[in-house]
Amino acid sequence: MRKPITVKVNGKPIVVPFGSTVAVAVMMAESACRKSVNGERRGPLCGIGNCFECRVTIGENTYCRSCQVLCQPEMEVSTDG
Amino acid sequence: MAREMRKHFDVLTIGGGPAGLAASVRAAECGLRVGIVDDNLTLGGQIWRGDVEDCTSEAAAWVERLSALEIEMLCGTRVFDVAKNLVWAEGTDATYELGFTKLVLATGARERFLPFPGWTLPNVMGAGGLQALVKSGLPIAGKRVVVAGSGPLLLAVAAYLRKHGAGIPIICEQASWSRLAQFGFALLQQPQKIAQGLSLKRELAGIPFAANSWPISAVGQDVIKQVIISRNGRSETIACDYLACGFHLVPNVELAALIGCRLRNGYVETDEFQQTSVPEVYCVGEPTGIGGLELSRVEGEIAGFTAGGNRDAAGKLFATRRRLQKFAGALDRTFRIRPELRSLPLAQTIVCRCEDVTYARLRQQRSWRAAKLQTRCGMGPCQGRVCGPATQFLFGWISDSVRPPVFPTRFSTLAAMSPDAEHSQVTGGN
Repeated sequence: MRKPITVKVNGKPIVVPFGSTVAVAVMMAESACRKSVNGERRGPLCGIGNCFECRVTIGENTYCRSCQVLCQPEMEVSTDG
Repeated sequence: MAREMRKHFDVLTIGGGPAGLAASVRAAECGLRVGIVDDNLTLGGQIWRGDVEDCTSEAAAWVERLSALEIEMLCGTRVFDVAKNLVWAEGTDATYELGFTKLVLATGARERFLPFPGWTLPNVMGAGGLQALVKSGLPIAGKRVVVAGSGPLLLAVAAYLRKHGAGIPIICEQASWSRLAQFGFALLQQPQKIAQGLSLKRELAGIPFAANSWPISAVGQDVIKQVIISRNGRSETIACDYLACGFHLVPNVELAALIGCRLRNGYVETDEFQQTSVPEVYCVGEPTGIGGLELSRVEGEIAGFTAGGNRDAAGKLFATRRRLQKFAGALDRTFRIRPELRSLPLAQTIVCRCEDVTYARLRQQRSWRAAKLQTRCGMGPCQGRVCGPATQFLFGWISDSVRPPVFPTRFSTLAAMSPDAEHSQVTGGN
């Protein structure tokens, strides 16, 4: 078993198991991934990259589907949820 | 700007689930240069998600064969456009222009989501969706998960979540007991399915299973706290941390439609060699009919053998495929969504999650096209992958056009594409 990884979600350090996706870190931070057009909090729905509900900003990259990206050490994730 | 990579293959397979793996391996065994491209981070598709790391699994065995045959694997790479003998795909740091002589579409299926009040709350997820998240590291031990919707996937998900420490207060299946009983009969004709059923039965022991049951409302402020279900006509409130809810599966046919493959009843039409109506384009697995793992694998093998010129070997698998197709037919009949579920959304229930379009606005529209133009339903980043099947069920709308890019794509990627390429013109375009 490889060592857990720490990433930051909206500045808060979150420790996730090695091999976790960014969506997992966001859910563990009890944060929504995004605000909808009308301002509702939204989290992951499909888990497999189809629905785009889990999109977040990773580093400088906006619009990343967090369920399709693995956590890397020191990754900075920001959500608008 | 992203790097641009050009490659050419005798056979290019889109999708690395069981069907795509089988097709690729068989074609490569016939001596062809094969490439496989998949949106996910690892091969195996949804059914074998995470299994590749377990070296004793069937998925790992297939991937080992892929490596031994020097099949090129492009994971985390999403196809967004197709032209004559060319597909474009986007990876995290590169854009690919992939030439092919033959193309195998093994694009799999996704869950069908149906709108009901509260279904947009965080922690209301697909059944397969929650399982995928748990396979990707989400801790689930000690959480209460109501599993609901329709289809055999619900049982597999409930067994998996319980094995990882979740409490499952109930599994709600919308199909009736009489439909399920007929399905049980169909299973008796499939020995390996019985074995699967029995092992699941042990893993599911003690979890209440309710047929004729479905969620009517998810309740909570920031996240779901409880779900109200209709159980045999009576409503019941159940506290939960997650609602894992999917209504069986719908095929991913967007790329096939873009290429111009003929569809029939929403599935890609193929001949006995798995060839679509477009020359040199094959389709295998769930897009040809929701039939499960074994059928997908056999269809993949038939396409791989045929693409590799070994029609005799392909022909020897026809009888097996015929037997497995009976199971697909039974799945279709059993888990057809009952009409009562059309009345689940209330006026203010969101149907299109990308654009927050409510049921009240949509029910005034006459067609998918009218709804897109008037309300922006289906115009968001999922491009109708969620609301398309939902509105098809609710209103009978058929989404009649697929346009590139079939997934949202970076500007730099589009800018890097050759300007003179004829996009989506395999059979004269759409």
